[in-house]
Amino acid sequence: MDFLTLLQVLDSTIRLATPLLLACLAGLFSERAGIFDIGLEGKMLAAAFFSAAVAALTGDVWMGLGAGIAASLALSVIHGLASITFRGNQLISGVAINFLAAGLTVLIAQDWFQQGGRTPSLVGEARFEPITLPGAEAAANIPVIGQIYSELISGHSELVYIAFLMVPLTWWLLYRTRFGLRLRAVGEAPEAVDTAGVSVVGLRYVAVGICGVLCGIAGAYLATALQAGFVKDMTAGRGFIALAALIFAKWRPWYALYACLLFGLLQAVALRYQNIDLGAFVVPVQFMDALPYILTVVILAGFVGKAIPPRAGGEPYVKER
Amino acid sequence: MDKMPGWADAVLVPLISLILAAILSALVIIGIGEDPVAAFKLMVDGALMRSSGWGYTLYYATNFIFTGLAVSVAFHARLFNIGGEGQAMIGGLGVALACLYIPWPNWYVALIGATASAALFGAMWAFIPAYLQAKRGSHIVITTIMFNFIAAAVLNYVLVNILRPQGAMDPSTAKFPEPTHLPTFQDMFSTAETAMFRGAPANVTFFLALVMCLVVWALIWRTRLGYEIRAFGESESAAKYAGISPVKITVVAMLISGGLAGMMALNTTMGEAERLVMNATEGAGFIGIAVALMGRSHPFGVLLAALLFGFLYQGGAELALWTNIPRELIVVIQALVILFTGALDNMVRMPLEKIFLARRRAQSGSAR
Repeated sequence: MDFLTLLQVLDSTIRLATPLLLACLAGLFSERAGIFDIGLEGKMLAAAFFSAAVAALTGDVWMGLGAGIAASLALSVIHGLASITFRGNQLISGVAINFLAAGLTVLIAQDWFQQGGRTPSLVGEARFEPITLPGAEAAANIPVIGQIYSELISGHSELVYIAFLMVPLTWWLLYRTRFGLRLRAVGEAPEAVDTAGVSVVGLRYVAVGICGVLCGIAGAYLATALQAGFVKDMTAGRGFIALAALIFAKWRPWYALYACLLFGLLQAVALRYQNIDLGAFVVPVQFMDALPYILTVVILAGFVGKAIPPRAGGEPYVKER
Repeated sequence: MDKMPGWADAVLVPLISLILAAILSALVIIGIGEDPVAAFKLMVDGALMRSSGWGYTLYYATNFIFTGLAVSVAFHARLFNIGGEGQAMIGGLGVALACLYIPWPNWYVALIGATASAALFGAMWAFIPAYLQAKRGSHIVITTIMFNFIAAAVLNYVLVNILRPQGAMDPSTAKFPEPTHLPTFQDMFSTAETAMFRGAPANVTFFLALVMCLVVWALIWRTRLGYEIRAFGESESAAKYAGISPVKITVVAMLISGGLAGMMALNTTMGEAERLVMNATEGAGFIGIAVALMGRSHPFGVLLAALLFGFLYQGGAELALWTNIPRELIVVIQALVILFTGALDNMVRMPLEKIFLARRRAQSGSAR
């Protein structure tokens, strides 16, 4: 494998890791506040459809992004109502949200566009185009460093850079601000937060809301940047891979970045090479597809460092009287 | 003292949830510019007014009884088995291997053998998540989700690379041999003059599903193991104090659950397709969640809920055929049922409890 091929694989890794990273950070906010969210997939899917649909109708991709975030937030509100206000089962609510998105997107797509559950292909202003960073073209002639800059770092859409900037931002927010401290506390010991006179319900709604915004960006990236338009079930399990990455990262932002890059790399390799011939034996493409899930189970089993979720995760908070 | 009488908990709460889901579904249909009343009539016509419609309704219901029972048994032990889909896929593999490689003399012996194989494979797929939950504390919901994806990859690999006949294009096994073909309702109920259930896929597996309802009922409410499962589900610490092993109950409940989910594949793989195809489960593993929630984890409730979803599935297919409403409407209805009977249960329950409490207070006040 020559250097340019390597760069191409890594380039595709970054593109494929972006939606995972956004969804993973989304889940991080929610779960750190004690709200399990297996509805990441559904929120991304809803955002993917509404961003593509509005972008196709208005011709403005930023309008699409807004619509995607709004759709994802709407589902977040349902999840918040079910799991915070009515103290229902958070996992069941997540399952319901996934199905709601899977059904409604196709239903509405068929009603609006009559194209069998897809949106028209997005062109021009209706899509996020790659942006060339300053000096990238000139740097392309410099071997190695210049090539890395022009091929790998430059030439992505705005959302990719936003996603990667979200990692230090999340870290700063969680570990260096008062809000972050409270958010983490509400996932570990909500009764302590309540005793301190801070609203558990309010904090959890904010966390679920941030989760909705990030899932919205993730979905919009899928439909308006990675691909040009919405197709049925286009998230294809990415919400669950993001969940896997979150566990893999043990609910920490920088490790989330590494986990998402790893799973992105697996996807990129599986996409480029079908079956990998290692001489002695052949690694089938199905194994590459299943690897993120297998790795997550291994991590969950605690054989390679135990993954311990936030202590109050999944438990509705009932105020003492 | 209970806040509500038993009947209200068992019947009234699910009924109100169902009505709420139905109202929202009707609004969705209006939203896409169709008439909900006409749509409902079309669904009833297509699913219930002809014997072939019933043949499809009962065929789908068979799937949902198995997966609904699977989720229910796990619910009784307070385990959320979201992996019915994967367990059913691997169960399908068990059916296919049993049918393809063992020379069965006739269909009922084959059915017994394939049932054992399907249950064994499904249970095997549930074992690892169960063991990890019991011994290592890995959250069973996450591991079973992961195992759904791993099952899909395994099945894909086995069908494409191993079981696909030479020269065949689509990833599926060869057709099962003649003696393993199960009698359909058409074979069983048609007389010389009138053909009943013509062309419908409902088959003898339906009766197996009914038997399993009885078996699960007896298991949960009439055996020591069932008592232990329920005790563990009510309170893990109390069960432990009573000498019930949490590890044993977690693993055994999940094995039973996985086995039931695996048996679902009998209906689709042995009864209908007569070969193993890629998407044999058709999402039935997930519908089992809605069915179990609506049926309050009771086999009789599961049966009723499975029939309802069978009707919705067949009716939805009719809608997709004759109107502009795509099949995904059923997915929306399924989501609403899960949302209202599962996650938003308290939204319905809290006001009802208040009403019952107020009534009881008024009654005891007047008695004094």
